[in-house]
Amino acid sequence: MANSSDRRPILLDFEKPLAELETRIIQIRELAEENEVDVSDQIHLLEERAVQLRQEIFSSLTPLQQLQVARHPRRPSTLDYVQAISDDWMELHGDRGGHDDPAMVGGVARIDGRPVVIVGQQKGRDTKDNVYRNFGMASPSGYRKAMRLMEHASQFDMPIITFIDTAGAFPGLVGEQEGQGEAIAYNLREMFRLEVPIICTVIGEGGSGGALGIGVGDRLMMFEHSVYTVISPEGCASILWRDAAKAPQAAEALKITAQDLKTLGILDEILPEPIGGAHSDPLKTAETLKAAIVRHLAELDQLTSEQRCDLRYQKFRSFGVFIEAGMMPAR
Amino acid sequence: MSLFDWFANRRKSGSPVSEGQEREIADGLWTKCESCSALTYTKDLRSNQMVCLECNHHMRVTSEQRIQQMIDADTWVAIDEGLRPTDPLKFRDRKAYSDRLRDAQEKTHLSDAVQTGIGQIEGAPIALGVMDFRFMGGSMGSVVGEKLTRLIERGTQQRLPVVIVCASGGARMQEGMLSLMQMAKVSGALQRHRSNRLLYIPVLTHPTAGGVTASFAMLGDIILAEPKATIAFAGRRVVEQTLREKLPDDFQTSEYLLTHGFIDAIVPRTQLKKTLAQLVRLHQPTLRQTPKGTQIPGIKTLTTVPE
Repeated sequence: MANSSDRRPILLDFEKPLAELETRIIQIRELAEENEVDVSDQIHLLEERAVQLRQEIFSSLTPLQQLQVARHPRRPSTLDYVQAISDDWMELHGDRGGHDDPAMVGGVARIDGRPVVIVGQQKGRDTKDNVYRNFGMASPSGYRKAMRLMEHASQFDMPIITFIDTAGAFPGLVGEQEGQGEAIAYNLREMFRLEVPIICTVIGEGGSGGALGIGVGDRLMMFEHSVYTVISPEGCASILWRDAAKAPQAAEALKITAQDLKTLGILDEILPEPIGGAHSDPLKTAETLKAAIVRHLAELDQLTSEQRCDLRYQKFRSFGVFIEAGMMPAR
Repeated sequence: MSLFDWFANRRKSGSPVSEGQEREIADGLWTKCESCSALTYTKDLRSNQMVCLECNHHMRVTSEQRIQQMIDADTWVAIDEGLRPTDPLKFRDRKAYSDRLRDAQEKTHLSDAVQTGIGQIEGAPIALGVMDFRFMGGSMGSVVGEKLTRLIERGTQQRLPVVIVCASGGARMQEGMLSLMQMAKVSGALQRHRSNRLLYIPVLTHPTAGGVTASFAMLGDIILAEPKATIAFAGRRVVEQTLREKLPDDFQTSEYLLTHGFIDAIVPRTQLKKTLAQLVRLHQPTLRQTPKGTQIPGIKTLTTVPE
């Protein structure tokens, strides 16, 4: 049974009570079968309790637990969604500057009959894949590849769909050498210029500037259990609390959950996940995503490209909370 | 009293040196250079724009001093001074954000980490933003983002070049995602300024990092930096932890960025005003000069040469 271990669910700490309950149900069932006793009533009760427990756990996750779900190794990735929502897909490669960053993927696809360009960070499925994908942390060439593909979309009048899933831009030697800051900054500015519709969705982890580097659009959506943060709670804790162990407090204070960001007015829509998280039913999750993309595209089609660019500007223009005192009478 | 106690007392009685302030000795008459330890008469140092006369070390200057150094006398008009930060997330780490803000405001007499305004530089009007590292490490929250955006928008409306002197640790964590979004907001304003063919020059000073590097610091049509400034995306410690090895000494300095093609020039502070004025003049299309007598009949030139 060497293979079965690969398919075993990966459990997060807070799922343990649930897992224990489920194991007990299996044990009781086996025991009953061996002894030929009818325990279906009890099992039914326990199963109901398990569903209820799952619901309870997932409806009251702390921000740090949300982060764990967002980083779950089985959580659907960019390429999983591409496969599930597109009828036609060809991955395109390279930044045309000498690199092809596997942490940033993209290509042309058809969604609901409509050609689009999809761009997103790609995390690995296992350790080996993660090393290849650099754990979804893109280098400057990744952001340049993304921009090149978005320019392609603009050239052929195709909407841009981005999937955000990264702990952040890669903080390494090459990143600094090749201008991580410049690459992200360039995307931030140019994404305001592109005239095609842009829909951005945080599918897992939205880590700071590395997420924002493909995150300027007409719509920003987040999956229910995904997070989007200015700095990782661990990093924030070690700087402000001088203690990385204070990450739970930092996660709380930073307001990183989809619900928090909806309240702050940054988010357009929260996409619901199946109880148990996106990884418990990837296909159903993908359906939700596809429906939302198609719906938003239809809305954005009603506008001229000029109106879209204007509204995109106004959308980001409105972010920020401050007090304006002592205003000059005539400005 | 033991010798040790004597030293301990002496240390205690010495004037307290707080972070970000000039190390002033004997009532500020003399200033010690942080780099070469040379003692310089403070008046001389100030007239040399806080650049050490011995070793050329560029000491930190306040936004106030910076404006004085760069802008022609009596031409500075500050804008949006009434914008004040608030605490939208009710953020509290070891200290409440609202307390940190109040402390920084008391210390700097500024409302937040940037001053913006319109002023002249050798007679040419520019829209200028100057970040102040003393205010919470020059970090960018809603106010910094809003003031810079308004400055750039005004530059676009009035067709002025924009100059931003950067000095910042990056996005302000205490305002969470609102801070991150300022990166996009300011970049969007720069896109509009740029599409009107207007000039934008960021000046990178020590230190420029994180979300500021990954937005307006790197978006200049021309990018200048002060000598030996630290300019980084990820902090040096973070990179070292990722790599588990020591980095070269000049890593993430102005000089390193110049070698790698990310900035145009390293300009000593004492030359900064002159250089900026020169660049602004070079990019004014309406001042295209036509030599006298070379005007081709029937062709109207856009401009006339002053007699």
